[in-house]
Amino acid sequence: MSLFSIAAKCTCRGLSMKIPRPSFNLLTNDRHSITNVEIQSHVTHVTRLLRNHHSKVPEVATWELIPEDQLPPPVHIPADLVDKLERLALVDFRTKQGLACLEKAIRFADQLHVLDTSGVEPMDSVLEDRALHLRDDVVMEGDCAEELLHLSKNTVEEYFVAPPGNIPLPKREERAAMLKHSEL
Amino acid sequence: MLSLTIREVSAALREGRISPTELCRTCLNRIKKTQHLNAYITVTEELALKQAREAEARLLRGAPKGPLDGIPFAVKDNFCTENIKTTCASKMLNDYTPPYNATVVQKLFDQGAVLMGKANMDEFAMGAGSTDGAFGPVRNPWSYAAPYRERTGAAPDSDWVITGGSSGGSAAAVASLTSYLALGSDTGGSTRNPGALCGVVALKPTYGLLSRHGLIPLVNSMDVPGIMTRSVSDAAIVLGILQGQDMRDSTTTPAPSWLTELPEHFDVKNICVGIPKEYHAPGLSEETLAQWSRVADMFERAGARVKQVSLPHTQHSIVCYHVLCHAEVASNMARFDGLEYGHRSEVDSSTEAMYASSRHEGFNDVVRGRILSGNYFLLKQNYEHYFVKAQRVRRLIADDFKRAFSSGVDVLLTPTTLADAARYSNFTQEDNWTRSAQDDVFTQPVNMAGLPAISVPTALSSRGLPIGLQLIGPALQDNKLLSVAQWLEQRVGFPSISDCGDESGNEAGMANREQTSAV
Repeated sequence: MSLFSIAAKCTCRGLSMKIPRPSFNLLTNDRHSITNVEIQSHVTHVTRLLRNHHSKVPEVATWELIPEDQLPPPVHIPADLVDKLERLALVDFRTKQGLACLEKAIRFADQLHVLDTSGVEPMDSVLEDRALHLRDDVVMEGDCAEELLHLSKNTVEEYFVAPPGNIPLPKREERAAMLKHSEL
Repeated sequence: MLSLTIREVSAALREGRISPTELCRTCLNRIKKTQHLNAYITVTEELALKQAREAEARLLRGAPKGPLDGIPFAVKDNFCTENIKTTCASKMLNDYTPPYNATVVQKLFDQGAVLMGKANMDEFAMGAGSTDGAFGPVRNPWSYAAPYRERTGAAPDSDWVITGGSSGGSAAAVASLTSYLALGSDTGGSTRNPGALCGVVALKPTYGLLSRHGLIPLVNSMDVPGIMTRSVSDAAIVLGILQGQDMRDSTTTPAPSWLTELPEHFDVKNICVGIPKEYHAPGLSEETLAQWSRVADMFERAGARVKQVSLPHTQHSIVCYHVLCHAEVASNMARFDGLEYGHRSEVDSSTEAMYASSRHEGFNDVVRGRILSGNYFLLKQNYEHYFVKAQRVRRLIADDFKRAFSSGVDVLLTPTTLADAARYSNFTQEDNWTRSAQDDVFTQPVNMAGLPAISVPTALSSRGLPIGLQLIGPALQDNKLLSVAQWLEQRVGFPSISDCGDESGNEAGMANREQTSAV
């Protein structure tokens, strides 16, 4: 064991080099030029390191980030859509950053559209090619209402208690006040 | 004793060199000494001692249940455990105590394994750092070992590095020698990523081989329970015990009838190792690249056929994953409304208001953000444009792997992460979402295709931190994958943390001595 560890340490020392943690941003293309510079310097170093190896491992990065101009124009989320999403999701954006985060997520997803998928069937399960087990449609376990009701904060007899229903969420401004209050 | 593998400590238990209660107490002590790592959300001390006493009685009778009888283990806090808090590192489930065990947890209990506690993680497993949980970040045990401290001159209190995530607590538990095995979960790399950064073996089995019953879901079509151990052969033992069809999970498949015992001497002459060229992604660190080349050459020199292959859609996989993940998150998180279980807000003006406030109070920004973007991708006007489009891209990615494997490749060799572990202070400069998209780049394609993959630690970097490589196999060929991984493990000579002057528990010297005598 100790022999092994010495060997491992020597290996590390052999490769020892000062490298800063890569400051890459795989998500946005606005730093593309910087990225290329970093790749360049990194390539020279690695080439030197592997020159005699003829390794099957590629010496340079084999792909580049998708340039901004290949993507559709960025979407902006109008106020009524913000409201709709908050009502559907039953969570709030909270701050401007929350909305910026959604726009970033959409921008990232837009990269899908550089791919041609015509004629490709959507895949929703990796088990699509086999029959999965279906059990008989009979009760196998149950009778645990007490245990489950126990997990709820508010019950009466064997019912979960909810506040009054059929009342839409308040308007956005009032909602914000309500949530702010609920944090206190 | 603590740094042994399951195989070794199991033999020590049977031969009476140590008793399960002694072992359990030693692990509990070490958990206390390594508390600063924040690896556990809940430590189940009383239960552990009770289980250890029961194991002891069985061992004394000469009737152990199997190789795991009396072995301490940890479980990520998103697996349900009966009468033990299961929080998903979220305020939403802060007080949730499930009335049942996840199937994989039950199977470990049935084998007599001893539960030490529930491991820390990113909230609802959304993250790649284990820095975004309600109970604080997990610290990488290698931050406190001599190689990192000596080579970087780091101050342990401020310059500690992350574990990776989201199963960072599980990885830290195994790496810091408080548990011999840990369960993680792997949706886009959440087991392999922290496994690589913490220097432990991390297996993501074929989708459907292990039951997800009782694993609080993130992305149903990709979630897999993950296995973390200190050796490949230990991972094989645990896989053998956990695999198989579960009547409570309709997406499980019967386990193939292979032997869980790995061959001691595996001949790589008969195998073909594929090097997917697209895994040299922008941002790959020089040292990880050097390890990747070193190991590829190692296979070649040993007589394996090593060839470059192309998985042309790799670059798009992370984008596809992002859309599918957020969409399924939006759907899965809908169950948390405060009514039947979980956090319930005091706001009671209406049902909807109570739902919205409970979710506002219970979820962190990361979870809320994914729910909102998931809902956006699922809007009627966006459904085809984003969600179905991503599902089409998913097939392209799965087909890439199929093509590679049908061209005669037995395993693919890739890096697990772009680089070794980042300092917490650096990691948190980017948001969770950016980090996940960067750090899952090599791991999530496998989840799209449902394939087995394993991360094996190969060396320490110049900063004294672990670097791991990933092997990927065809579906249901987990056993062959493990055999190749073991061959690799036997040759890279990755050091044990206890040989590296680990001072996190001040027991390194002792563990070292015991190990020498036990080997």
